Amino acid sequence: MNIIDRRRDPGGKSLANRQRFIRRARALVRRAVREASGKRSIKDIDKGGDIVVPADGVREPVLRRGSQGGKREYVLPGNKKYVRGDGIQRPDEEGGGSGASADGEGEDDFRFALSNEEFLDLFLEDLELPDLAKRQVMGVEETRPVCAGFRSSGPPSSLSVSRTMRNSLSRRTALGRPRPQDIAAMEAEIARLDGLDGQEDKATALRADLERKRTRMRVVPFIDPLDVRYRRYDQIPRPVARAVMFCLMDVSGSMDEHMKDLAKRFYSLLYLFLKRRYKRVDVVFIRHTHEAKEVDEETFFHARESGGTVVSTALEEMARIVQDRFPANQWNIYAAQASDGDNLPMDNLNTINLLKSVILPLCQYYAYLEVGHSRDDGGGEGSSLWRAYAPVVASDERMAMRKVSHRRDIYPVFRELFAKEGAGGTGAEAEA
Amino acid sequence: MSDDAVLTRKKKSRLVTAPVPAPSSLLFNGPDWNFETLSRIFDAVREIGEGELGLDTYRTQIEVITSEQMLDAYSSVGMPLFYKHWSFGKDFARNQMMYNKGYQGLAYEIVINSDPCICYIMEENSATMQTLVLAHAAMGHNHFFKNNYVFRQWTDASGIADYLSFAKAYIAKCEERYGLEAVERLIDAAHALQSHGVHRYPGKRSMDLATEERREKERRAHGEALFNDLWRTVPQAKDRKPATKKKIDEERRKAILKLPEENILYFLEKTAPRLQGWQREILRIIRLIAQYFYPQRQTKMMNEGCATWTHHRIMTRLHEKGQISDGSYLEFLHAHTSVVMQPEFDDRRYSGINPYALGFAMMQDIERISLTPTDEDRSWFPDIAGNGDAYGTLKNVWANFRDESIISQYLSPHLIRKMGLFHIVDDHAEDEMEVAAIHDERGYREVRRALARKYDVARSDPDIQVVDVDLAGDRRLELRHNVMEGVTLEEKDTDRVLQHLADLWGYEVRLVEADDETVYAEHKCEPIRPFA
Repeated sequence: MNIIDRRRDPGGKSLANRQRFIRRARALVRRAVREASGKRSIKDIDKGGDIVVPADGVREPVLRRGSQGGKREYVLPGNKKYVRGDGIQRPDEEGGGSGASADGEGEDDFRFALSNEEFLDLFLEDLELPDLAKRQVMGVEETRPVCAGFRSSGPPSSLSVSRTMRNSLSRRTALGRPRPQDIAAMEAEIARLDGLDGQEDKATALRADLERKRTRMRVVPFIDPLDVRYRRYDQIPRPVARAVMFCLMDVSGSMDEHMKDLAKRFYSLLYLFLKRRYKRVDVVFIRHTHEAKEVDEETFFHARESGGTVVSTALEEMARIVQDRFPANQWNIYAAQASDGDNLPMDNLNTINLLKSVILPLCQYYAYLEVGHSRDDGGGEGSSLWRAYAPVVASDERMAMRKVSHRRDIYPVFRELFAKEGAGGTGAEAEA
Repeated sequence: MSDDAVLTRKKKSRLVTAPVPAPSSLLFNGPDWNFETLSRIFDAVREIGEGELGLDTYRTQIEVITSEQMLDAYSSVGMPLFYKHWSFGKDFARNQMMYNKGYQGLAYEIVINSDPCICYIMEENSATMQTLVLAHAAMGHNHFFKNNYVFRQWTDASGIADYLSFAKAYIAKCEERYGLEAVERLIDAAHALQSHGVHRYPGKRSMDLATEERREKERRAHGEALFNDLWRTVPQAKDRKPATKKKIDEERRKAILKLPEENILYFLEKTAPRLQGWQREILRIIRLIAQYFYPQRQTKMMNEGCATWTHHRIMTRLHEKGQISDGSYLEFLHAHTSVVMQPEFDDRRYSGINPYALGFAMMQDIERISLTPTDEDRSWFPDIAGNGDAYGTLKNVWANFRDESIISQYLSPHLIRKMGLFHIVDDHAEDEMEVAAIHDERGYREVRRALARKYDVARSDPDIQVVDVDLAGDRRLELRHNVMEGVTLEEKDTDRVLQHLADLWGYEVRLVEADDETVYAEHKCEPIRPFA
């Protein structure tokens, strides 16, 4: 009998098969992923999790008998009251006794769990940060242990056996510690001489020598605390690319739940996307009416507030926060603004100036999303904010703006903004 | 009952953490084990298995794995290596989800019919469970694999590991050479036909010359002994109508192609006109693997019965010999009873007859019949009743039967009554189902026959055969499903499989579903993307 411990074997034997499965069901999984992502909160959206795809797409057909018609037989255990000749009402067409499908593979959907990584890969296929945004700003964020020689004290786990043994060997050689095999040879020699006549003198001399060597061996230890060496690690700081994302939203009375929901979806996508590209992503929520305030996510999306609409306040607040906490030379700054397009007309000029002179120079990318209801579509001119922003967008490629009126448009719009060059990723195509 | 067992186990584990010096005969104390314990347990189990029960096993190789690795093993049908295909990934994804959500536990062990016999055991198992698992797999299943005639006839335990490693390497090489997509599509098609890629009967072996000569001599001697000149005078029958040329052609064609043929994959491998060499080889690999698993399907119930009976006996003996503690024994009983639980048909948990339950009950029943038979047993089983050699009888049964035959031979009235088995006929032409037989004097044989039929794999798989193909003409492949009891094939799936078949064959395929009187359905399929 053999006992083999396989627990240390590299795991993930099924990984290749799993990947093949996902690749095979890719189109289905992708659709499911996008549906699933709609139901989550911004920060949970990258958590992977359950995905349901229609079983039809990954079906493995076999030749088997159908469940309808013909004459069938069952043998069942646990009879209590039936006698021969009794009639039994046929149970509902499915689940007829033992006739239910044994392998549990019905016509139902196929449900399985995706890992975070897989989820995101499918979710953000073929998206890329705009070329102009490739400013690599590094912040010093984490440290990494690097081997840096040896030292004479440390935890047992970092004991360097080879270095310790090397020290031990040189010390033993220098101090003339006899080797065990020398002693064994001498003992053998003494035994041989004892067997011969007239060699007593020689044997006595050898014995004395042996005794001396044994003492030497006791005095000079095999490993001395002096020999012990530990590996030494230095913590080397490692630069990490990081980004901050500003979510600006108008929360005045004219923004209803539907519009907020659209905005939230857009923010979720942006957050996810930045998360993929940067080690660390901070999110700052700024909401504004006629005055702007930094808030947490819960308040941002759910609390109500009334007041007029002055967009420039939000931009000022953003500029202030950047000044305080996110120096532009250390952070990649992204901003996304959602609004129904209302603004106090006299504020427009102020807003545009702020944007042009302060905000855009700070940002990698500034996206303006105008949310509305589908019935507003094609309403001719566009809102006052839209008209005000139009010249800026035309002249500065760091800024983009889109209109969204329905949930299903969010993803295509997002893709449109970030589609890889040459991937031709218009929204419609991506959905196909 | 089960709650009590859990309680006792809990109490026990609390007890053993106290430093009570173990009596020296105990194999282990408490739930912990290490490799030394494991080998001590194995020796004790083997001593009883081989010494007392006289089991004959392959060498054993025990491999300790984690639950994650167990999940991996699940998705490659338990084999240590297997070729890659997305369908295994699908199984894996499902199992992983079920396991992570807690819908489904994992098996305690997986055992492989190979020489040496590989037993995977989970690291989470307690020492008692490891003992149980070793008795079950390393003794019970192992003995069954080595001795049962179906396994001996169809599988080569010493070669399977090498063959799988060849298969894996070959398919990987094909993927590299002909592209992932091409190979994947081929395997999809082959998997769809895998259930019809087994030989159900061993073919006739061609005889060597010496035997041929001997038989020829015997035949001649027989002819001489029977020679009687009078036969010459008997008037001859009128000449039958000479067969038409068409008929002769057809018969000749069928003879050359050895039709009809029920092993569809084999037929394709040998005959499909457009396949390339590597494609035939992959079909062969998949067909041989299906053949390797075929015995397992035929003996599932018996195999588990044998292993369950063996572990029950070994654990009981260990307890009697004082090698496991009372607490361990109760822990074992708890696990054992939940494995052999048979919910009744009207129970919500009922999902068919539990092979462990039926198998274990049958083995116990055979033991009872051979040791303490009743008069009824004596009249039903004169050959084994009261022969006093339970172990010998069981070993004989394990060696020479399969599920269908052991039931039709040894399912006793006693057990039928005990399980309350009854037989229902559901004829869709009638308004309601009918109880055809129950556990009474008139019904025993009928119930037994019906249950045996349920376990007959050749009956439960639809009987589909390649019946004709005109290679010189339009090359249409003709198949026939011999319909039994008016049950036809599931339509959607059948059309999908036929599509695969047509692609493999390269020309039109037609499947007729019929019995002697009626033609039920006809499926036709043209190849869309033929393999070539």
